Amino acid sequence: MGERMMHGADPLARMLWRFPPYRWCVAVARRLGLTGRTAVIAIPYLWLLLFFLVPFAFVLKIALAEALIARPPYSSLIEWSEDTYLTIKLNIGNFLFLIEDDLYWKAYLNSGKIALISTLGCLLLGYPMAYAMARANPAWRNVLLMLVILPFWTSFLLRVYAWIGILKNNGLINNVLMGLGIIDQPIVMMQTDFAVYVGIVYTYLPFMILPLYANLERLDVTLLEAAADLGCRPTKVFFTITLPLSIPGIVAGCMLVFIPAVGEFVIPALLGGPDTLMIGRVLWDEFFANRDWPVASAVAIAVLLLLVVPIMLFQHFQSAEAEAGV
Amino acid sequence: MADVKRAIENVEPWNDPQAQPYVRIENVTKMFGEFTAVDSVSLEIYKAEVFCLLGGSGCGKSTLLRVLAGFETPTSGRVLIDGVDMAGIAPYERPTNMMFQSYALFPHMTVENNVAFGLRQEGIAAAEISKRVGDMLDLVKLGPFAKRKPHQLSGGQRQRVALARSLIKQPKLMLLDEPLGALDKKLREETQFELINIQEELGVTFIVVTHDQEEAMTLSSRIGVMNAGEIVQTGTPNDIYEYPNSRFVADFIGSVNVFEGRIVEDQPDHVRIESQEAGCPLYIDHGVGVTSGSRVWVAVRPEKIEITRDKPAQQDNCAAAVVDEIAYMGNQSIYHVLLESGKKLRITRPNQSRTSSDSITWEDQVFVAWHPSSGVVLTA
Repeated sequence: MGERMMHGADPLARMLWRFPPYRWCVAVARRLGLTGRTAVIAIPYLWLLLFFLVPFAFVLKIALAEALIARPPYSSLIEWSEDTYLTIKLNIGNFLFLIEDDLYWKAYLNSGKIALISTLGCLLLGYPMAYAMARANPAWRNVLLMLVILPFWTSFLLRVYAWIGILKNNGLINNVLMGLGIIDQPIVMMQTDFAVYVGIVYTYLPFMILPLYANLERLDVTLLEAAADLGCRPTKVFFTITLPLSIPGIVAGCMLVFIPAVGEFVIPALLGGPDTLMIGRVLWDEFFANRDWPVASAVAIAVLLLLVVPIMLFQHFQSAEAEAGV
Repeated sequence: MADVKRAIENVEPWNDPQAQPYVRIENVTKMFGEFTAVDSVSLEIYKAEVFCLLGGSGCGKSTLLRVLAGFETPTSGRVLIDGVDMAGIAPYERPTNMMFQSYALFPHMTVENNVAFGLRQEGIAAAEISKRVGDMLDLVKLGPFAKRKPHQLSGGQRQRVALARSLIKQPKLMLLDEPLGALDKKLREETQFELINIQEELGVTFIVVTHDQEEAMTLSSRIGVMNAGEIVQTGTPNDIYEYPNSRFVADFIGSVNVFEGRIVEDQPDHVRIESQEAGCPLYIDHGVGVTSGSRVWVAVRPEKIEITRDKPAQQDNCAAAVVDEIAYMGNQSIYHVLLESGKKLRITRPNQSRTSSDSITWEDQVFVAWHPSSGVVLTA
């Protein structure tokens, strides 16, 4: 085999070639039809396989088992009986239970509602911010971008706790309003859905702003000038040119907020009241309070299936966009 | 390249004292911080003219165009279009339409919707819009592409969509920023003629910004040459080419040989110039009106210089030279010859016959000579 031909003038490759293990690896890889190109493509797939598909298979396995008071607290799917029969028992009762018990349905719907309203809140708040950042003086843009990212440097948990201090009955807002004499009774904000919305919108706002900013910053300003030149007034320019062209950014931002918000557990647990029903909390309770791993796993899989739909829509939209070359 | 415009139109409103300019640019200055992009420019442009602003990059021509479109507010001076002062009038209210260098087609709209965009802003009935869009697309030969998106079109087709989109508004003044800049050479030549045909059919006044002198010569009725924010010369393509008023213009438009020299004799009908670079007395058949002994430059176009083996009879404008380089271009040949002073001259000769028995070749001793009317004396 022509060493020179295969590695060209790359000194690192030539040095490595002197070591037999490297040569053996190359030979094996080549026998398997694995080139550098396919290896590079294989890495993300391998990652997904190891850290997504395999754990998912475990969860699915537990979801199809029966709860036991044992260790681990679920039954095995595969059993040997009479030494010759291999029995595979799949228990779909957990999934049927999710459908039968309206607690789960309500939790799913409520999670979806809270995520949807929070996403809208993020969009309404994030769009003007992203727009202002994209139109700001270039020297200022990076500073503004830093300010958006800055909260990530503090623990997420601490920031949510800080909101308790702001929202509680003798918290910042109520104290200020009462001190100014605007109200004489504190407004109850903690342990309400409102507090959950505030928490989610606050936490996920950067995920809305960043893709929107990336999109709006790329927007060709001459398009806006061209529209103005053709007699279009500034507000109409926004609705006919800027907004339609920023749809990919809006979709990306909404997905990045909506998907994690559906499964959010910490924010409703800390800021929400006992009647703030979200699927993340139900899952937590099933797992840690009831120790019913199979039902908890079934809940997790149901969440995943419900989220796959918007993710697939997103993917479809993105590939359509890429095809259109916008 | 033929001067299409002038062949068709014999009227020269700028020479008619009765004619009223359609667009007046009065002492317009535009500063960006400390930088003066446009430096007190005054221009008068007449109806149905094709006026080219010609200059290198950063000369302020695009800024001037943007001032006319209303995207930039002049620091001082004013712009009048059809007698109306444009100060304080927003771009969306101006009777101007611009064709952008990048075309700026709306990527999310079809060709049809791009072209209809301007009319929709005016609240015109849908039926009339679709009729006018159809007519306009036929005019620019894009009828079959009405339903396509811009990214599905070739460069030349996009250029025509951009043109149609601006023209459909029937602007009083059409502003074109490097309209042919993104097209390849062959397509550019075809499109130049198309553009002028459409302009004449509709009678719209065009102001075209370009850095391409050939494009300016072909398209325009008049050219304004810009340098460092100022208009250095305004005139017809012929004026600019044959009677440049400065070394900058002479050099910018076409190629030119420039000899530095001193006035020896200045009469109303001729001047004599002594030039070390030329190595011969220079005689030009027009007066200059500057004092004897002052430093001047003589510009001679490459195609106006004869190149011969035998010494011509004339004493003036004639020098011995050695052929240094020859470039065969097909339709013409370019000769680079060295004068005794070391000055290199560029001479072009048309290749009228296919072969020449006594063709001049490398290292030949030759004589170069030109007519007294061929040179232009430049004082700046």
